[in-house]
Amino acid sequence: MSIRTAPARRLAAAVAVVSIVALGAAACGGTTKKSSAGDNSAPSAASTASVDPHAPAKKGLTIAYLPKQVNNPYFTSSDSGGKKAVEAAGSTYKEVGTSSGTDTAGQVSYVNTLTQQQVDAIAVSAQDPGALCTALNQARKNGVKVVTYDSDTDANCRDVFVSQASSEDLGRTEVQLMAQQIGNKGQIAILSAAQTATNQNTWIGFMKDELKKPEYKDIQLVKVAYGNDDAQQSFQQTQGLLQQYPNLKGIISPTTVGIKAAAQYLSGSKYKGRVQLTGLGTPNDMRAYVANGTVRSFELWDPAKLGALAGLTAVALVSGQISGAPGQTYTAGDMGTFTIGQDSTVVLGKPTVFDKSNIGQYAF
Amino acid sequence: MTDLTKTAPRPWARDALRWDTAVGTLLAVLLVCSFAFVDNFGNALNLSFLIGNTLPIALIALPMTLLVVSGEIDLSVGSTAGLAGAVMGKLWNEGMAIETIIPICVLLGVVCGLVNGLLVTRLGLPSLAVTIGTLAAYRGVAQIVLGSDSVTDFPQQYLDFGSGRIGGTFVPQAAVPWAVLLVVAVLVLHATPVGRSLFAVGASQEAARFAGVRVKRLKLSMFVATGTVSALTGVFWALHYASARYDNATGLELSVIAGVLLGGIDFDGGKGTLGGAVAGVFLLGALQNVMSLVNVSAQSQTLITGVLLVVSVLAPRVARQAGRARARRRSAAAPPPAVLAGT
Repeated sequence: MSIRTAPARRLAAAVAVVSIVALGAAACGGTTKKSSAGDNSAPSAASTASVDPHAPAKKGLTIAYLPKQVNNPYFTSSDSGGKKAVEAAGSTYKEVGTSSGTDTAGQVSYVNTLTQQQVDAIAVSAQDPGALCTALNQARKNGVKVVTYDSDTDANCRDVFVSQASSEDLGRTEVQLMAQQIGNKGQIAILSAAQTATNQNTWIGFMKDELKKPEYKDIQLVKVAYGNDDAQQSFQQTQGLLQQYPNLKGIISPTTVGIKAAAQYLSGSKYKGRVQLTGLGTPNDMRAYVANGTVRSFELWDPAKLGALAGLTAVALVSGQISGAPGQTYTAGDMGTFTIGQDSTVVLGKPTVFDKSNIGQYAF
Repeated sequence: MTDLTKTAPRPWARDALRWDTAVGTLLAVLLVCSFAFVDNFGNALNLSFLIGNTLPIALIALPMTLLVVSGEIDLSVGSTAGLAGAVMGKLWNEGMAIETIIPICVLLGVVCGLVNGLLVTRLGLPSLAVTIGTLAAYRGVAQIVLGSDSVTDFPQQYLDFGSGRIGGTFVPQAAVPWAVLLVVAVLVLHATPVGRSLFAVGASQEAARFAGVRVKRLKLSMFVATGTVSALTGVFWALHYASARYDNATGLELSVIAGVLLGGIDFDGGKGTLGGAVAGVFLLGALQNVMSLVNVSAQSQTLITGVLLVVSVLAPRVARQAGRARARRRSAAAPPPAVLAGT
């Protein structure tokens, strides 16, 4: 029995024919970015309809948290803050999420599941600004309120974004901290999380803008490295930065996982104290490195408060006290009164700078 | 019992059939139980979520099954899909028409498959090693192409195709092309000389070569098939999730291989059916959907999936061993007859 397969020639010919036909068809005009601009209809943004600021806060709701990553210490502390606040407000808290910080498809399927379970609101920290949109808008069509916290989606896919601090504040202050530590002079690098992380990229944008100021003319940003919020990868990236740039004076890491891994590498190397490290970290993670002189100062907000504000904002949305339109105000438990700003964004407050003098007062 | 009067005894069919029937039954049982006992499972929207989220895996599982039957494996499928998505996003940003972009992406998949296939067949390298290498390489190219961008503003009618349903039914629009590909794959594997050659090559490459099978060419075309379908999947992925990023479909290869493995495709080659592979893929997809609905945590889901896979590899083996042991006991009890009577 002789068996023959389709000759490769025939395969190649088929491929050629298909591509010629396709290219020919496309040449006769097609859908381009220009021609389709503006036909992407999104559900209308928050309306002021049926909002009563004095409506009573509803109880017995289910508020589901969907962090970028479960088992990430930062989100563990933000979501436990959310749990406390939601339960104190008389509602049920639940948390679901992916174990990887770059599993967008996983996040989407969790949004789908929560839509099916008819939760009252989702508080989500988005791995990607656009990928969740279809799923979130489907959720909103089914009556689920959507609050983003920590990392935003496109503005037309959620009701309110609860921001940890203004992105501009965060980006600029990290550069200012670094500049103080290295005397406004020398090469610096950034160690970020994922290359596609919405919030990190926004902050890095403001860092670059801050570096354009004349007082920082002697600081050169030589590289932005990505450790994907993975301790091992961040550790290796730090190692690589110092091999590649032996004259490096400082590293800014705007991610709690990155700064910890970088500090761990520096404290065990000859660069300890010679290469400065700042960025966003938690006091618990960084205590030892501040004590041993690896790190002088870094900053963060209180993640537990961020989680709490996200939950209470969701409760206010479901209760009809706010709809997400700029200018509306509401009270978030004992955290005080907040006003919704531009792009339906609520800001938690200014970041706190931690150093030897005050780190002992914080336990998160 | 098998019928000994068949002209060609096909033990692979017998083994695989039993296993893939078991997986298919398991899937049916899971679906029936979920319809009955799991809240919010049986509505059209949830079923469309289930199918839509499983489709990328189900797409790549088709050519992957054929490739594994021939005794090779392709681990670069997730990266190929990611690369196609990244190129799609980049060209879209450059202002090219989407009708031109999609064929280019598919061609890119052909090239990726050719590279894998040529390295394996011309240089005689093991496909596991080659495709682990190209898994990293293709992802690296995707990262260079698109960097930290994520492109979301594809034309609405394409996005609707990527995430929409056929009317109010539970069938996603994108399931239609998949069904067509499924029919093609089933015909190729189970009803054409090409399929027979694939089984022959997987069972014994030397024997197949002596029987006149053009082994290298056959394997090359299979790698091209996985590459092409992966690129198509990458395009679908970017439309389904309305987001083209360089890290799209990361880890997809493991989901595909897990489903194919669960479907009773033997990774030594030469055994397996497409029905089994599809049942395996959808069993994992349905299981994940149901576990999320009943609030099983992400960590436990991973554990359950892992245990299921280990069991699926062990079970046929244990069954075979038990069968052999029985046969040995029987033959020890009764002296073998000189002639098979009654056949």
